[in-house]
Order: sequence, then structure tokens, then C-alpha cells
Amino acid sequence: MIGGMDAQSLISISLMKIHNSRTQRGGIKLHKNLLVSYVLRNARQVYIKEKYAEIYRMQQYEEVMTVCNEIQELNPLDLDAEEADEEERSRGEESSVCGAALQRGAAQPAALCRTGSAVSGCCPLEDVGKDPEPSYYRSCCMEAPPAAPCDPFTGSGGAHCNKTTVLDLDTHVVTTVENGFLHQDCCCAPTGQSAAKKRKVEFGCCVSDLDDVPDFTRKRAKREDCSFSDYTDTSNISNLISIFGSGFSGLLSRQADLEQICSKQALASLGAWTRAIVAF
Amino acid sequence: MAGPGGGSSDVQWCFSQVKGAIDDDVAEADIISTVEFNHTGELLATGDKGGRVVIFQQEPESKNQPQCRGEYNVYSTFQSHEPEFDYLKSLEIEEKINKIRWLPQKNAAQFLLSTNDKTIKLWKISERDKRPEGYNLKEEDGRYRDPNTVTALRVPIFRPMDLMVEASPRRVFANAHTYHINSIAVNSDYETYLSADDLRINLWHLEITDRSFNIVDIKPANMEELTEVITAAEFHPNQCNTFVYSSSKGTIRMCDMRASALCDKHAKMFEEPEDPNNRSFFSEIISSISDVKFSHSGRYMMTRDYLSVKIWDLNMETRPVETYQVHEYLRSKLCSLYENDCIFDKFECCWNGNDSVVMTGSYNNFFRMFDRGYRQDVTLEASRENSKPRSVLKPRKVSTGGKRKKDEISVDSLDFNKKILHTAWHPLDNIIAVATTNNLYIFQEKLN
Repeated sequence: MIGGMDAQSLISISLMKIHNSRTQRGGIKLHKNLLVSYVLRNARQVYIKEKYAEIYRMQQYEEVMTVCNEIQELNPLDLDAEEADEEERSRGEESSVCGAALQRGAAQPAALCRTGSAVSGCCPLEDVGKDPEPSYYRSCCMEAPPAAPCDPFTGSGGAHCNKTTVLDLDTHVVTTVENGFLHQDCCCAPTGQSAAKKRKVEFGCCVSDLDDVPDFTRKRAKREDCSFSDYTDTSNISNLISIFGSGFSGLLSRQADLEQICSKQALASLGAWTRAIVAF
Repeated sequence: MAGPGGGSSDVQWCFSQVKGAIDDDVAEADIISTVEFNHTGELLATGDKGGRVVIFQQEPESKNQPQCRGEYNVYSTFQSHEPEFDYLKSLEIEEKINKIRWLPQKNAAQFLLSTNDKTIKLWKISERDKRPEGYNLKEEDGRYRDPNTVTALRVPIFRPMDLMVEASPRRVFANAHTYHINSIAVNSDYETYLSADDLRINLWHLEITDRSFNIVDIKPANMEELTEVITAAEFHPNQCNTFVYSSSKGTIRMCDMRASALCDKHAKMFEEPEDPNNRSFFSEIISSISDVKFSHSGRYMMTRDYLSVKIWDLNMETRPVETYQVHEYLRSKLCSLYENDCIFDKFECCWNGNDSVVMTGSYNNFFRMFDRGYRQDVTLEASRENSKPRSVLKPRKVSTGGKRKKDEISVDSLDFNKKILHTAWHPLDNIIAVATTNNLYIFQEKLN
């Protein structure tokens, strides 16, 4: 939080300014929009860093939950605690290959999240929430064979994922929704486990996932406990993010290789109409 | 109370005049967008958002009141630019006057350059105080006489008339800028001038309107790689080959036109490294330079960014020789200022006649003066409350700490809609012109 405003609000405000500048008298002001894009870049960098930290926390939570669920499967009275733990840990490791891969490099998940939807340029991880809060896992079902442990980076460059699977950790209800977004990669499903136990983590952009808008705003309100103003019209914001995503690529950070990968992938996935912002 | 000005530490400033409507309801067309004294200080020109130029002339000093310098009264008013429409791009071109620059006087007439976003115009302002009378073929009212009624010939003669000031456009320099013009600057050769937009600088000859030379072009091949724009440009006051331009990244580049036709490679680059402790979301915005001005001597130049004024020695590129904080208390308010767009305000700055004091504007109709010699600064206010003739301006103070002293104003009470972006200092005397939103205040040094 900087001066009472968080990165997300700054992103929203900045996009609104860029959007409004298109109808200003006298034409788009190049200087002002350039400065706004710098703020947007800075806010996005902070936002992504916050998300990395959140992903890392979520991964740790996920492993714990995996262990817990393994325990629940087995007869609690028959468990040899140590053996079970070892088993679960190994299964957990097996099952969350992606998680381990994620743990290898905190920066890596952003590759998944950034190349999420065709209409997104930047992508926060779906809010998982803290331990005591009911949370939702979103997952993307891969049409590719789930058996092979997947390296997040060898994801199918063009796999279309049409379904989103939502697992409620409290009720263990699994629901699948159509979303029709282009997902280039996602974690693979663990082998030998039932669907209910899948720990696929989706890094698709929740902002652009129109189905998820109500969830997103609700969780944001819970997690951050801040009230949003008119700027939380996230479907508009998603469009605006995509509009921005193609412009001023020179502003993208060159420090993080990841951002470069993500930016290139994000840029490549956007259509020509999204480059309008630089067409002054 | 002492205050900086004119090199001594005891200059006091008095209210002299205020021009403009008293209404609180400000018409957008009346918003003053530029202020400029001519080379002698006798004329003061203002431009507004409605495309009009108003020129004030100083009255000769009165014998009755020798302690009071002459007042400025309206000399000429004309419509310089009209709104236009670019049909190709479907864009409206604002008529707002971005800059006015006077040419030095060569004959009885005065010349100035005025520019909006796209077109620069050279205006001739001339006086007419005689008119010819006694034409043979025309009546006095201008109607033509029937030649058959002419029975005798006479020679027309000039008779005095009431002074009439006429402004006529002598040159129109158009179609040379794709982006918005932010600066014009007359060369010390008095034959050429430059105009700068966001990405390019063009060199013109005052007599030639159908041609200009592009001398700086920072447009990248791929616009998506754009990282900075040109924000201001100025010619050196006595080296006709030298000019500088500032950028949105806080750098100033000095170019020598003798080096090559295209001055993309700078001769010098002035840049101060950013203080990493002050890094924030808005670092790029507040480092963007909004104005650059050479000192009269040509030895120094001054730049204005959002929070500070910096004086640079042209012989040292690594850092400014002096830095003055204009309103450092706003650093913690940058978020709100970003939200309400105030962070994009472009403040100008100016030198006094002997380069000992610099002045710039702030919010709440405050303006600041920094005395370079005595290392003093003062904050003054332009308001109608202090507008009794010859009333001395009382220094103002913004309280930054917890406890607010009497007569101090707290940061949260500042009115950010009342901003002083444009100020000008008489080239020879201690007379300043300060533009609030739609009023022009003239203050003079108190003379005893």
C-alpha cells in the first residue's frame, strides 16, 4: 500500500486515464499517456511481486492440504503416522510436480499466469485466501494426457482449454464451467488420484475470466478489506489491460527474465486491435 | 519582512494590479496558458485557452508618482488561433496558445510568435495614430465618388486620429508537426527559431513558411519502444548554434547545430541520478521536466520538475549546482495528486533580470522565489484578498509537521485547483507577472 492506494487500484486508475484520454479534446496527449504507462508498469511490477509471494504461500498451503487429504482418505485409526506422512509427502510431491517446479523458482509461475487468457496482459493469481477462509481452487483441465508430469514450460503452446474446474476445499464439490479461454499451459494432474483430489493450480488471469468476476471481486474485498470504487468494473479493466498489454513494450522490465518471457508471450497472443493505444 | 529579489535580501513585494474576471466561475476559454514580457519589459503578452492574445503596455512613469512604476493597461487584443479539425485523423486541434515569444524590436512595429498545438504564427502589432484624409475618388466614409462629380484635385494629407493598435498575421508556419507543439524559441540571430513537439524539433526561418528543417527526431522506429518525449526546448541566449531540450525522463540534452544537420547526438547531456530512497510508483512522473530556461548570462540553465527547481552549470553535466524544493510536502501526497491529475501539471520557471533570483509557481495560488545569492526563499500568494494597491505581500508558510502555527496553512487545506503554472519576470526591473487560473497579477518591488 502506497499512500493509501494499492497496486491494483493504481492499475485501474491508470487504465481509466488512458481510456479517457482517447476522447479528450485535442487528441491523445502522448506525454501524459507515456507517464501513465510508467505508473502502470510500476504498479504491475509490484502487483506481480505480491502475487509471487502469494503463490509461494499458496503452494505451501497446498502441500499441507494434500497431506491432510491423504490422511483423510486412509482410515485414521490404521495410520502409522510416520509412514503415512512419508507416503503423502511423496504423493504430494508426485502430485504437485508443478508445485515443486514452482518452488524451484518463484518467478516461474508468472509464465503461466501471464500467458493465460487471450484477453489478458497481466494476471494475478486467483485469490486462494488464507487458511481459515474458505477458498477455491481453480483449475484448468488439460486436454493433453494428464499422466505425464508436466514441466510448466513445455506446455502446449496452443492447447485450448475450454473448461474450468473449481474445487471447493471445504465441501469438496467439484464444478466445471465453460470458459473458452486460451490457456497455453497449466499444471498437470497428478497421477493415481481421484479428480476430487486434483491439485491443479490455474494461473489463468482471473481478471479477464468473466465468469469469475464476481468471485474475484468478492475475494478481493475479503482479502484486502478495502472498498473499491467505480474502478472495479473488472470486465472493462480486463479489456483495458489487454489494450495496454501491447503498448510501450520498452517499458517492460528487463531485469526479470520471466517478465520478458511473459511479455513476449502476452504480446504474441494479442490481436492487432489491441495495439491501438500506440496508434496516436 | 525580508524577501528575495533583485540580489538584495530586503526586497518587499507589493500588489500592483490584477487583470481578468472576478467571477469564481471560470470560463475555460479564459484560462491563461502563457505569459511573456517583451525584451524591454514595456509589453506583457498573455495567451489563453480560447486562442486569444492580450497585450498589456506599461504606462510611462508618472511625474506625480515617481515612486510607482507605470501600470500595465490593455494595448491590444486579438484572436490568434481558432479551433481546427484534422479531417485525416478525425482530431480536433485546440486553439489554446501554448507559448508566446517576442521578437526584438527592429522598427516601430512589434512582432511576436504564438503557437497552439500545431501551428505557429508571426504577428505584427503596429500602431496607427494618423489617417489619410482628402481622397479625390473616395468619400470620407470610404464610398467611391462618381468620377463625374470630381471638379478639382487635391492631395490627401495625414491627420491625427485616436491611437489604434492593429495586429495582423504576417506568417503562418503550419503542417510541420505531427505531435503537440510544446515550445518555441527565437534564436539569438533573430532570423531563425525552433519549434518543438513531443518527438521532434524543427528549425525555421522567420521569413520562410513553406519549409522547416528537422534538427532533432527521437521517434523510435517502433512506437512501442517509446520511452521518453521532448518536454521543452530553448536556444542559448547568445550562442546561435546551441540549443537545449529537456525530456520526460529528467534529462537535458544540449546540441550544437554546427556538428551535424541532424542533432540527434547531443553535445552534452545533463542528468542527475535518481535517489533510490525516493523511488515510488510516480518517480518517472515527478522527474519529468516541465520547463527549461537559460539564464540571461548564458552560463546557467534552470529546469523545473514537479517538486523542485534545479540550476545547472553548463560546464557540469553530472548534477545540478543548486536544487530548490518548491513543495516537498507534496511528496507524500503523490497518490492523490495522481488521481486528480495534478501530478501532470506543468509548472514554468523564470529568472530575474540579473539571474540572482528564480521564481516558480505552486498550488493554492502560491508562488515561490529563491534567492541564489542569499540562499533565501519566500512563498507569496496571489489572491484578491491581498489586492489593495501597494499593499505589501506577506510571506506564506505551509506547515508540514504536526503542529500548525498561526498563519500557517496545512497541506490538506491547500486548494489544488488554484495553481500558478505561468510566471514572468520583467527583464530589467523588479516587476513580476503571475497568472492564476484566469487572472493575471502584477506585483512590483516596494519602492520607498
